[in-house]
Amino acid sequence: MTWADYLIFAAAVILTPLIGGLITGLDRKVTALIQGRYGPPVLQPFYDVVKLLSKEKMIVNDFQIFAAYIYLLSAILSVGFFAIKADLLMIIFIMSIGLVFYVIGALATRSPYSQVGAQRELMQMLAYEPLLIFVLIGMYYVAGSFNLHDIMSHGRLLLDLPLIFVVLSLVLDIKIKKSPFDFSTSEHAHQELVRGILTDYAGPYLALIEIADWYELVLLLAMLAIFWSQNLVIGALISLFVFFLDIIVDNISARMTLKWMLSFSWIVGISFTVLNIAYLYFSNVSR
Amino acid sequence: MGLKEFVKKSFSKSPWVVHYDCGSCNGCDIEVLACMTPIYDMERFGMVNVGNPKHADILIVTGTVNEKNKDVLKNVYDMMPDPKVVVAAGICACSGGIFRDCYNVLGGIDKVIPVDVYVPGCPAKPEAMIDGLYKAAQILKEKYSRREVIVSAKSLG
Repeated sequence: MTWADYLIFAAAVILTPLIGGLITGLDRKVTALIQGRYGPPVLQPFYDVVKLLSKEKMIVNDFQIFAAYIYLLSAILSVGFFAIKADLLMIIFIMSIGLVFYVIGALATRSPYSQVGAQRELMQMLAYEPLLIFVLIGMYYVAGSFNLHDIMSHGRLLLDLPLIFVVLSLVLDIKIKKSPFDFSTSEHAHQELVRGILTDYAGPYLALIEIADWYELVLLLAMLAIFWSQNLVIGALISLFVFFLDIIVDNISARMTLKWMLSFSWIVGISFTVLNIAYLYFSNVSR
Repeated sequence: MGLKEFVKKSFSKSPWVVHYDCGSCNGCDIEVLACMTPIYDMERFGMVNVGNPKHADILIVTGTVNEKNKDVLKNVYDMMPDPKVVVAAGICACSGGIFRDCYNVLGGIDKVIPVDVYVPGCPAKPEAMIDGLYKAAQILKEKYSRREVIVSAKSLG
């Protein structure tokens, strides 16, 4: 790593929560407008997090706090490594470590809401982790490498991997827990299982998890953006458009069941990936 | 605006509300829920209805407190992290209303927990509730600035 890499790493780590908070604020505003309400100010997520950070520290046990810190750390590291164009496979694995701790932290408490929320989070991971690997396989097939630098040098992945782009959009929807996939916990005012996996986190530690969620949201949006890495502005617009579609789906659909999520995500994920790679294979042969 | 000012402002801009029905006739409860509808929309002040006292800043209570539920009310109050504010919504929560002479009714909720804002009415109108919640948010900010946090945490033991 050179000095420029360290600088980019630091800049990404500092700027990402600001972007993530703004996107979340816009999400809440757009949701309110769709529902015919006036809605909170766009800076609302920052007010929430700053308030939570200065509230009383209330903990159930020490391990839960440790888990929250590891979740945040892994989110920060994965965003940082993404910014310096490291290996994409490694980034996904770092992200998964944090998620495992997120689940264990909720399982470490005795609240039944938290326990059930953690089990459901595991099911959600079961639904989207294989799909993430499929997306990586598709990228490897086109670019010949898991290295982000090589993948981005390809330019316009979206034209080669349109169906895999759809799979990654599905992963985004499951990952940020919007309806119909809000099982383990849900957005404000929806109240699934009280607050599901977050039930036993309070005050500053809830804020840590909120910030880590912003990091992961931005990471997934960035992964969508590199499908048009020739011009990253267009890539960012594409990923924001996908996020906007997610907000609309969130508002027009009800919560489904875990079984439906598993079968839907696996059927869509596997069939779209196989179709896309088969298309690439045969079009290469005929050329 | 400095960072300290922003932190103080964030307390008045982001009050999360938990609603506890302390044996109300459901009139006030419906009006509390009406505050979230598109007509009144309390989220424009950053108020969110949370189901978990551990996440809440404001406790809004409807109905009279009686021998059966006074411990539950105290429990909900104790589970909230400091700083916290209590709003008594409706005349029953304020003073016991027409039920104050019943054999098992203790009276208003201020017999059990400290109340900061009283919202009278039978049932209290959503406008009045939102007004009360807005006042409570200002009190929350004041409590944070006065650092009442540590004192009250100690007094609860």
